[in-house]
Amino acid sequence: MGSVGAKEVPVLLDEHGKRIDGRGLHDLRPLKIEAGVLQRATGSAFVEWGENKVMAAVYGPREVHPRHMQQNTKAVVQCRYNMASFSVDERKRPGLDRRSQEISKVIGEALESVLFVEEYPKTSIGIYIEVLQANAGTRCAGLVAASVALADAGIPMSDLVPAVAVGKIDGKLALDLRKEEDNYGEADVPMALVPRSGRLILLQMEGHMTRDELKTSLDMGVKGCEKIYEIQKAALRNRYSLGNNGEGGAQ
Amino acid sequence: MTNDVTTEILATHVLDLAKAGKRLDGRGLDELRAVRITPGYVTSADGSALVEIGDTKVLAGIKLEPGTPFPDTPNAGVLTTNAEIVPLASPEYEPGPPSIQSVELSRVVDRAIRAAEAINLAGLCVTPAEKCWTCFVDLHVLDDSGNLTDTALLAAMSALKFAKLPGERFGIGPTAPLAVNHVPIETTFVRIGDALIVDPTSEEEDTCQGRLTIATDELGNVVAMQKAMVGAFSPRDVMELVDRALAHGDRLRALINQTR
Amino acid sequence: MVLPGQELEAGDYRPGPGTYRADGKIYASVAGILSIRPPVVRVIPFSGPYIPQDGDVVIAIVKIIGPTYWLVDVGAPHYAPLHYSGTPWKIEYGECGEYLRPGDAVVVRIEAVDQNQRIGVTMNGDGLGRISGGIIEQISPTKVPRVIGKSGSMIRLLETSTGARMTVGQNGRVWIDGSQGSIRTVREALQIIDREGQKSGLTDRIKLFLEQSQSS
Repeated sequence: MGSVGAKEVPVLLDEHGKRIDGRGLHDLRPLKIEAGVLQRATGSAFVEWGENKVMAAVYGPREVHPRHMQQNTKAVVQCRYNMASFSVDERKRPGLDRRSQEISKVIGEALESVLFVEEYPKTSIGIYIEVLQANAGTRCAGLVAASVALADAGIPMSDLVPAVAVGKIDGKLALDLRKEEDNYGEADVPMALVPRSGRLILLQMEGHMTRDELKTSLDMGVKGCEKIYEIQKAALRNRYSLGNNGEGGAQ
Repeated sequence: MTNDVTTEILATHVLDLAKAGKRLDGRGLDELRAVRITPGYVTSADGSALVEIGDTKVLAGIKLEPGTPFPDTPNAGVLTTNAEIVPLASPEYEPGPPSIQSVELSRVVDRAIRAAEAINLAGLCVTPAEKCWTCFVDLHVLDDSGNLTDTALLAAMSALKFAKLPGERFGIGPTAPLAVNHVPIETTFVRIGDALIVDPTSEEEDTCQGRLTIATDELGNVVAMQKAMVGAFSPRDVMELVDRALAHGDRLRALINQTR
Repeated sequence: MVLPGQELEAGDYRPGPGTYRADGKIYASVAGILSIRPPVVRVIPFSGPYIPQDGDVVIAIVKIIGPTYWLVDVGAPHYAPLHYSGTPWKIEYGECGEYLRPGDAVVVRIEAVDQNQRIGVTMNGDGLGRISGGIIEQISPTKVPRVIGKSGSMIRLLETSTGARMTVGQNGRVWIDGSQGSIRTVREALQIIDREGQKSGLTDRIKLFLEQSQSS
């Protein structure tokens, strides 16, 4: 906090090539994922990624509301990405603004591409993402959380979905931008990967990059996603650990 | 796994248990679920707290921003309380404008904070009729497993107690702790047959015959009440519940005061 | 344990539930335990929705009364019709509401699942009918086999040590009837199974729990 008044552009890369938080250009912020954190949801996950805190819950498959949205051959994926009013420096008015609506749409469509929606015709799968604390990269954090929540709910999917953004700061490409880098950087490319197929199911871009820079960005993003994928899998293994019940049992 | 099967036999069983002085989860009729307060949960807010009562989870965030006093209270700051029961909190969510439950929750929590004069609104006035602080209390319901009201106010008061007035950030004096004068606590009861039980779970709320929320302050005053849901309470019931609410209020206030 | 997207070393087998085939290989589509019974490979999921199958005995809740039927909730995405011919009662047109009301619970059997997973249910058969007394506990449908145990061993353990009676629906709803104390004990045991049903040593864990709840 306290950065609102500061108008001059901060130094994003020091003389040793280190970033504001001491990371190198290819380093992710610390990422922690916990699956099964909510009692009432069918599936849920909590992601703490740098200073982002994001909760995701999945409900369904269930009856479609409103009814006219129902589709005869597949489940409807209803995704809602929302930011808590206190998740950002300047209080955000509660409710979905245009940015949140756009992000809800692209995340929903990204996740639908890995779900076997045709197994549940005439139903809906609700994916709800709440950003509790935001520090750049919340759409990727939300997607990472939602993907683990879907697996926790037992909804069939072709793969887990990792996501990360690559950006450009002080003319250099950098993985996983934090807030200052996002605000003052020159470009931002969030992406989500299906590791099994190697294909991207979310891809956005804003800023300036050369063709070669974009190519390198995609390589860096894919490598970052592969690391995130391992953390997602570890979260699910931890949730369903097959440890012996007898060990360390109640006394 | 959510237990959203509300049936006649559940209602009957809850009633039979209550007659014997028992509850579904083994608690006594006047026993709260485990209460957990995590202050400072969100650093993007000027104050925040995650409060869990049993499986129920509410996150409160405080934001303080410069604003203009209302014309009828030119010497006071502005307090705004807003609650959102977001769709991840329960299967009952429907899209559209804030549900009537969200609106009631906001208002009942707001009333307790205001009536108890929990924060000194006069102290939030910077220049009369021109400039003041607006204090936003935003309540984010993450898991609705019953008794949102008590959880939400406890979250709001825990967050306010640890909130900082960001004076330096906006060039209005120094950054300082927000002054909290009083700590109102709400205690909610539901009627199950002739039994009056505290801190209902969602199953107990679904099968109850009336709900009463009583807010008390540390001076032993009652500062707000709300009777809700279909059902009725006698004046004698109300006075019994006031006494019980005062006792629970003292215990929960002590818990906030111990929280670091 | 396998996770969604994980390749299963089972190229020559047929992909069963919880798996899919792509590029000539078989992958898991859910988190669960790998089970290979030639020629089929499947994943037994840790969690997931109830998928009605012909012949399943389930616990349903009456939701809506029609002139010649009721719509009941079996825990699947859509309500299922229970036609009055599927009951032991002689009912006149429009009198359904005199027999079953919304909120009533019934043990029914699933019949006639079509490709859109539209289903019908019947109350005619052994052990089927209206439920009164006791309580229904919802657990994940994927944990039903653990609640039943090998040839019903877990049900027997729970029933004999508490004195409660149980009916386990394939939809994850378990009807428990008996004394207040026995209902509570079985309910808590089911919550343990729901939470820890995938771990080994479950029976010992439940035995220990039952001993502790008897001594307290």
